[in-house]
Order: sequence, then structure tokens, then C-alpha cells
Amino acid sequence: MTNATEKTTLRKIFDWHEQRLPIVSFIDHAVGTQYPAPRNLNYFWNFGFIAGFMLAVMTVTGIFLAMNYVAHTSMAFDSVERIMRDVNYGWLLRYMHANGASFFFIAVYIHIFRGLYYGSYKAPREVLWWIGLLILLAMMATAFMGYVLPWGQMSFWGATVITSMFTAIPWVGNAITTLLWGGFAVDYPTLNRFFALHYLLPFVIFGLVFMHIWALHIPGSNNPLGIDVSTKDKIPFHPYYTVKDAFGVGVFLLFYFAVVFWAPNALGEVDNYVKANPLQTPPHIVPEWYFLPFYAILRAIPNKLLGVIAMFGSILIMFVLPWLDTSRIRSATFRPVYKWLLIVFMLDCALLTWCGAQLPEGAPLILGRIGAAWYFLHLLVLTPVVGWLETPKPLPASIGEPVLRPAE
Amino acid sequence: MRKYILTAAAALALALPAASFAAEAEIHIPAEKWSFNGITGHFDKEQVQRGFQVYKEVCSACHSLEYISFRNFEALGYSEAQVKALAAEYEVEDGPDDNGDMFKRKAKPSDKLPKPYPNEKFARSANGGALPPDLSLIAKARHGGPDYLFHLLRGYDEAPADMKLADGMSYNKYFPGHQIAMAKQIEDDKVTYADGTKSDADQIARDVSAFLMWTAEPKMEVRHATGLRVIIFTLLFTVLAYFLKRRIWARIEQH
Repeated sequence: MTNATEKTTLRKIFDWHEQRLPIVSFIDHAVGTQYPAPRNLNYFWNFGFIAGFMLAVMTVTGIFLAMNYVAHTSMAFDSVERIMRDVNYGWLLRYMHANGASFFFIAVYIHIFRGLYYGSYKAPREVLWWIGLLILLAMMATAFMGYVLPWGQMSFWGATVITSMFTAIPWVGNAITTLLWGGFAVDYPTLNRFFALHYLLPFVIFGLVFMHIWALHIPGSNNPLGIDVSTKDKIPFHPYYTVKDAFGVGVFLLFYFAVVFWAPNALGEVDNYVKANPLQTPPHIVPEWYFLPFYAILRAIPNKLLGVIAMFGSILIMFVLPWLDTSRIRSATFRPVYKWLLIVFMLDCALLTWCGAQLPEGAPLILGRIGAAWYFLHLLVLTPVVGWLETPKPLPASIGEPVLRPAE
Repeated sequence: MRKYILTAAAALALALPAASFAAEAEIHIPAEKWSFNGITGHFDKEQVQRGFQVYKEVCSACHSLEYISFRNFEALGYSEAQVKALAAEYEVEDGPDDNGDMFKRKAKPSDKLPKPYPNEKFARSANGGALPPDLSLIAKARHGGPDYLFHLLRGYDEAPADMKLADGMSYNKYFPGHQIAMAKQIEDDKVTYADGTKSDADQIARDVSAFLMWTAEPKMEVRHATGLRVIIFTLLFTVLAYFLKRRIWARIEQH
């Protein structure tokens, strides 16, 4: 038994290293005992951790897939089938990776809507919000290029449709598109550079996630009441939120694994099990589900350039949301009008997702146009106006009773 | 070419001319009962073997299975010797030998199944311009999967009076657009099953559809089995994490 003041050899080695590179203290300050978090965070706050977990899943499965994938137009499709049939647990790697992208987006979309509802984008968290949006954009680019890699019909035609959008840019559009393609059509050079960028961008995302957490630690976590939290209402992230996140990840994984093992192709398009054929256009080109609301906005406008502007604008507009929202109350819980407006906005996004999957004709086209118009009306007009006119409910002074009882 | 693709892509993205495809969405494909349905679904090996016999005696005249090797059939319950014997029924081209000549030899278990046509042009010219698709992945590459394949094979009928079929085309209730280049292939007693199963047309279509599900997703059984274990483990982990969470949070919650 060692004396309380006497350090063990292991502790001495640890301290020696920690004095030179305090990496354990660093982690402890980031997501450990030294990060005080509000004690009233609800389960919607789990999705940041879950998104980070999915990024790790995607990276690990992706590296092993890359060891077996061949980025050549004549071999890409066959190499994926070889992974599915002959590589040990290749089917598991590929299904985890393909469905992992969907579940990564599910986690991130819930994370974003949580931020919208509880006003996590407002002062002093604007830069945190910006970095989050940059992560979303990087994820979208990564997911789009990843979908091209299997070189099925939908890979090829999806790539053709999406990259052709850049031709809408006046003057330089064609030059930019040629640069993206590495030629005059989607072909071998396109596939090759998409593979290189698909491998690169996740590490950019890791860098952005690091900055996202850094920016989070300056003001600290927001909370469901949206009020500033005094120290006595905070609890250490570890063990309270690490254990809560462990439980949350477990529940999320149950859904994820159910799809991976029992319905691995439910979220995919059947056409992508047909090899890419530049001479045969599939009857109905649709992107992956997580792009559908943006696709619906693109198609709602019967002018190519304006459609492209609206589509990119629908995300870029989010960068100025902290100023479009004129209310100083963060949590929608205390905003009787805006709360319902936000719920309608979420339903609108769901409507756009549905419209994006339909043929752009008849009712889906009309609904898509109404949905797209509402999307911009909500952000550009209703959000600032309601912020001015609305009378918020009274805010509580603090989260509640002190977490730690006074010493007896 | 580039301009053509651009225009086509832009047209598709912004205003897909959907009228001609409207029919496709309307065809209802009834769901069939398969042994591989459900979370513990597995292949009925005897059925898949019969389906292979149908492929070998009927479909393989025009359709390839480019991702299937003879060795893969061991997963259907054939012994190593049976697979060797099966492969030896086929001839494949190999070479060049030491003199630089290509030569024919008996197929080995590691060889892929030989294709019926040497190239696409040949296949088209032998089939009135139509290309018989490779069938390895067909059960995953069509809406409805094996249900669709079964009903397609049994869906040949007289064309409605108001429909004029193009030369050499057949009417099919389940094919998108209802005009299919493949003539009706499956009839009662088209094959005589080695295991004595009654070979009516429904049975034949069902067996070959099950076989094609196997060629498309040969790892399905191990996926289902692994999945059950993974989910049970994750469930256990989640329940433990939940009780641990309650216990730790009890320290700060009001009593």
C-alpha cells in the first residue's frame, strides 16, 4: 500500500509526460471532468456526440473499403462487387459505410434542428454555428462524391446532373464544369479526382469538428431554457454526459444496425446495381434522400440559374440566421408564435424531401413550389418580423435549485 | 456529345418529361412468400439448386452471370467434387501458351461461369437488337426484386386490342411499358427437376427467382445471422448504459 503523498511509479511517468504534453488534461477539459455543462440538457443534446461517433465509423470503414476499391471506370463497379462477395466481411464494410452516410445525416439534421429550436445559433454562438454549417457543406460534398464511386447508373447520372448545375454560372460556368470533370464529360478523370477528394474531405471535417468543439467551449453549451447558466447549475461533462451519450449512442446504433443487417438496400436506388452506361439515361434520376429537399428547391424554379442559386442559397442563408432572427430570446419554448412557426418549417422540410423524390409534375411540383416559397418566406420574412412583434413568455431566473446541496 | 449530355441533364434535372414513364409507377407487383424474407430469412438450398438448373438449361442460352464462379456453388450445398465435375462440363479459353497460342481447356472451380456471347454487339445481333442483361445482380437492380422476377416470368399475355407491339416484341403485364424483347420462356415441364419436384410453370419461375436472389446477395444468410448477434449485444450494452446513467445521475437529482 502506497502512502497517500507518495506517488506510484506509473503516476510519476504519467506526470512526467503530462508536464511536457498535457494531452490528458486537454481531453479532460474538452469532454471530461473539467468541462462544466448545464445540468438540464435533454436527449436532443446527444446528437452532437452521435454525429462525431458516425464520423469515426465512416472513417474506419472507409479506409478498409479504399484498400479494396479501384477508382477506374472499367473496374470500379466490379471492385465493389468483389468487396461484396470475396473480401472478408466486405459486405459488412460496404453496408455500414453506405447506410452510415444516411445515419450520419440523420444525426446531423436532428442536431441542426435542435440548434434551431433552442436558439443555439444566437449570440454568443454565431461562429460555432458557422463552423457547423461548414461541416454540413463538407459532408454534402463528401457524400455526393462518395455516391459516385460505385459507378452505377445513378452514380454516373447523379454526377452528370449535379456537376452540370455549374454550367448555369454565367461566363465561367463551362470552364468550372470542365475543371470539375477533368474533361468534357463525366469520365475516368472525374471518378479519379472524386475518389481523391472523397478521401481528403473527411479529414477537413475532422479539423472543422475540432474548431466546432473549440468554439463551443468559449461560451459553453446552450441549454433547453436558452438562458445563461450560472456555475452552480453546471455539472461536469464526465461522468454525467459521457454516460448519457453512451446510452444515446446505444439506442441510435440499434436503429443503424437494424438497417445495416436487415434492410441494407432500403435507402438506396435499384438503378445503382446497374453498371454506369453513358448512353442510357435512367427514367428517374434522384439523389440520395438527404439531398432531396435541396433537389426539390432546385426543381421548383423553372430557370436553371435561379434554381441553382435558390438551392445553394437555401443553405448559405443559414449563415446570416443569427441576424435574421431579431428576437433575443434563445429557446423557442418561451416564444409562443415562433415555436409553431418553427414546427411548420420542419414539416416544410419534410414536405420538400417528399417532393424531391417525386417526378416534377402535377401535385408534387406545385407542392414543391409552395414548399420552396415557404422555406424562404420563413427565413427571410417571418423570422425577423415575428422576432419584432412577438411577446415572449417570462424567462426563468435560473435552471432551478442548486445542483450541489450546501455543505452540512 | 458534351452539349447533348448537358442539355439532357439540364432537361432531366429541371423538367423531367415524365409522361412516358408514368406507366412504370402504376404497375403493382404482388408480394410473394420467400424463405429469405424476414430478419432470420435463409435460402432454401434445394430450391436455389433447382433454380440453378433452370438457369443452366434455359436462361444461360442468352444471359450471363458475370460475378459467379463455379466455386461459389459450394455455398448451395454442392460438394467440392460436385463443383469440380460441374466446372468440367464447361470449356473456357485460356492462354497464351508457350507457343503464344490461345487454347481451350476444361473449366476449374475458380473460373467464372462462361458467358453466352463474346461481346455486346454479338449479343444484340443474335437477339434482334436487344441486349439480354447480365443476371448476377438483377434481383437487386429492379424494383420488386424477386417478386418482380417471378411475376415478369409469369406475366406474358395477349396484348390488349388497342396496343400495337413492335416486331419481335411480346406483351408482359409487369414489364415497364409492357413491351419486352424476351419471348415467353417458362412453361409447364420446361425442365425436369433432378430432385423429382413437380415442374409446373409457377414452380420453375419461383425457383429461378430464388436462385437469382442468391446470385445477387450471396452473403444474406451470414448477414442475417451476424445481425441478430450484433443487435442482441447492442441491446445489452444499451440497457446497461441506461442503468449506469440512472445510477450516476441519482447523485445530483433531488430526492
